[in-house]
Order: sequence, then structure tokens, then C-alpha cells
Amino acid sequence: MLLQQLADGVATGAVYGALALAIVLVYRASRTLNFAQGELALLGAYVSWQLTAWGLPIWAALLVATAALAALSAGVERVLVRPLVRRHQALPLIIVTLGLMIALNAIIGWVWTYQTKEVPALFGSGAVEIGGVAVSRQDVGIVLTVLVVAVALGVLFELTPVGLRMRAAISAPESAELSGISTGRTMTAGWAIAGAVGAVAGTLIAPELFLHPGMMTPVLIYAFAAATLGGLDSPPGALVGGIVVGVIENLAGSYLPHGSDFKQVVALAIIVVVLLVRPQGLLGRREVVRV
Amino acid sequence: MSALTVEIEAAGYGPATVLRDVRFEVPDGGRLVLLGANGAGKTTVLRTISGLCDAVGSVRLGETELLGLPPYRVAGAGIAHVPQGRGTFGDLTVRENLLVGGATRPRREAVAAADRWMERFPRLSERSGRPASGLSGGEQQLLAIARAFMSAPRMLLLDEPSLGLAPKITTDLFVTLDELGRETGTAMLLVEQNAEVALGIAEDAVVISSGRITVRGRADELRDNDDVRRAYLGV
Repeated sequence: MLLQQLADGVATGAVYGALALAIVLVYRASRTLNFAQGELALLGAYVSWQLTAWGLPIWAALLVATAALAALSAGVERVLVRPLVRRHQALPLIIVTLGLMIALNAIIGWVWTYQTKEVPALFGSGAVEIGGVAVSRQDVGIVLTVLVVAVALGVLFELTPVGLRMRAAISAPESAELSGISTGRTMTAGWAIAGAVGAVAGTLIAPELFLHPGMMTPVLIYAFAAATLGGLDSPPGALVGGIVVGVIENLAGSYLPHGSDFKQVVALAIIVVVLLVRPQGLLGRREVVRV
Repeated sequence: MSALTVEIEAAGYGPATVLRDVRFEVPDGGRLVLLGANGAGKTTVLRTISGLCDAVGSVRLGETELLGLPPYRVAGAGIAHVPQGRGTFGDLTVRENLLVGGATRPRREAVAAADRWMERFPRLSERSGRPASGLSGGEQQLLAIARAFMSAPRMLLLDEPSLGLAPKITTDLFVTLDELGRETGTAMLLVEQNAEVALGIAEDAVVISSGRITVRGRADELRDNDDVRRAYLGV
């Protein structure tokens, strides 16, 4: 029973981690929290659903939705975000992402109604046995998919020229620009990748939660908890944080009295405690402020 | 022929004008040092050339107009700018820092050039896989200069390379710069507080006060000029 709870926790945690990863990628690119990240992922899930409703196989639908959300997210950066980043308008920028969150949610409700939709599972039904524990194929598939995404991003950032440019632009933006790197382009790339990762996260979790316009709101809170726990500027931290939050959430839901009512409180408590005790998170970099 | 032609009518940050009527040229392979007190506008001259300031006038590299280009395109045009504080990418390894310096070149060329620079500076090759933030001040300055040469620039802008370095290390650094300039034929525009050393490797010098050029001449003449000595060499 406990092992089963752990397995479930790891699987939902992987999705939280993926959305947290999207949040972290945007934070690294533009030093802002994208509150619309959840609704962008939701839009990804709806695009996937719509394409399957039109007859596309779910995996093809996922690929198209991922590409579409990458493009949309890049557009958001270019049109709404960049002008404010260039003028160092941090607070207005957060309000813009909040506004985008509300607007996207309303548009999604308007286009697809508030009725629950069923997204086909990506990995079929049934269970596999791992070490004596029956784990649903869906759970295993989710974890493996997030793992593949994580490895692909690791290779992109660490081993390719584009990844080096993006890391340079994050490490010292002005110096990168003076070295011939367009930091505008690397920022857009960061948002595009975040949009794609978010679309994967949304489509992965949709069969579990059932697709409706409110689906991503709690997921976004868990993802923020995961990103805070892992360290807002650390992609590996986001994934680790996601899995920890997923496991804690599952255990709290099962073992605390009235636990299922407390699940979101747990996420918020994690945010508060981390910010008080270790603001840079588990794997984040401590910001050095020179006076 | 002039590598760099600077004809700044006015330049600054937003509504704040820092420079007025700053004009000079650096010939191909030549070296010019910009002197002046703190806050005189020396750094602003370099930042204007690199497209980091608002400016009216003209800045040309050969025939190419640079004013109005974003900084990354100025770099692409052939200018390497080592900013004050060296601009090291602390999270990146030493080798990655060099590769970023070669970002305007094809990847294969950049990799080969990074290997050559590490061969040239064994201290960098010993630390090639470590984060650059762990280097000493002198090593970081060496890295910054190697990084700048990675793009095979026509013109190198250096902002206070001696800042925070011990006198002995500063002297070594200028010897290295002198050698590299001669080997590669790269023109240099230097901003330096340490006028004595800077005048030693430059051909021409310009003194800026309150955003205007007040004195200009041959470096060796300025070195012997009593007014300049009193004002900028602390003698």
C-alpha cells in the first residue's frame, strides 16, 4: 500500500516536476515567474484532445500540441514580455503573466466549454509489476516520458552550441551580448522550450485528472512548490522538487486525517518553509548581493 | 586606413548626456589609450561603440556604421569588448568561456581556436573543465583577453584591465597584450586608470574630462607632459 502510494506520488510528481521545469526555464530566461505557465500547459492538453477528437493518434497529437505551444510561448515572450524585461519592469511583468493566466483560462472555457473531456491515455491501461508492486502502465509511462524530456534538455543545454549560448546569456547577459550572442533570441528560445515542456506535462496529466478548465490550477501550485523547493534557477532541482512534492502530497492525502483536504495546504506550506529556511532551494544558487 | 572612426556628437543613458563631441580614430593595428578621472566618461565611450548607450553621431569600423546596431551585431562586425570587471561567465567552465568568445565563428573554427588559446596559456588549460568563477583575478583577466581574441576581432576594446590586479600581474598582463597585439595585428582601444603602463604600450592617447576630449597626442609625448603627469599619473 505504501509502495503503491510512493509510485503514484513519483508519477504525479514527475508531472509537477515537468511543469516546474517550464517555470524554471522561464525564470532563468527572463527573471520572472510565469503565472500563465499552467494555463499554457492546459491549452497544450486541449490542443492534444482536439486533435485526437479530429482523429489523430494521441502521440501525433502530443507532438503537434508541443510544437504549437512552443510557438505560442515564444510569441508571448516576444510581444508581451520582452518590452517589459528591457525596461526592467518586474512587477508589471508579473501582472501581465497573471492577466494572461486569467485570459487563457476564459478563452479555453469559451472555446471548449466547462464540460469535462476525456483524453485518451498515452500508455494504455493495466499495470506492470516492478519489485513486487503493481504500478499502472500510465504511471510508468509518465515517469519515462519526463525522464526522456529531462535527458533531451540536458543534452541540449550541456552539449550543443545553442545550449551554450543560452547558458552564457543566463550567466552574464551583457557579456554574452558583447560576445555576439543575441540575448533576445536566447530568451525567446527559453520560453519556447518552456512552452513545449508545459504542453507535454499538461497532456500527460490530463487522462489522470480529466480535462476541464480548472484542471491545472492545483497542478500549478504544486509546480511552484516544486520549483521553490528545487531552486528557482535549477532545472534538475525542479524535477527533484516535483517528485518530492508529488510523494509528500500523495502520502499526506492517504495518511493524514482529512488528508485529501490538506493536499494543497501541504504544497503552500512547502513554499513558505523553503523560503524561510533555504530561499535558494535544494539545488539553486544562492544570490550574492554585493553592496 | 582607420580601423575605428569615432565621431560622437552626444551620447549617454536615456536623458542623461555623458559625452559631447568626442572624435578620434584608431588606425588598423594601432593602439589608443583613453585617460581621464573617474566619471569622466571613458567607459561610456566604449559602451557607445558597442551599442550599449544612446548616441548621436557616427561610429564606423572600416566602412561599416556601428551606431544603431544592437551589441551582438557590433560584436559580429569585428569588435571584441572586454567590459569592466572582465565579464567572465562564472557558471561556465574555462573552455566554455572561450567557446562563447568564438560565438560569432563557425563551431569547428571556435573549437580549434579554443584549443590554441589553451595551449598558449597553460594556466587556462589546466583549469579548462572547471567553472571560471574559481579563477584568480589575474587568471580571469587572462581568460577575458583570450575570450576576446577568440572572435579574431579587428578591434579590441579593453575597459580597465588592471582593475583589482597586483602591480606585478598588471605589468605581465600588458606585456602579454603587447605581444598579442603585435602577433595578430588587432587594433586596440584601452581605457585605463594605470596611465603609466597603458601609455607604455599605446601609440596615441586621448584625455577625457567631463565627457569632452581635453588633450590628445602621441603616447610618449603625453607621458612627458607635466600637466598630464600631474593630473593622471599621480606624479
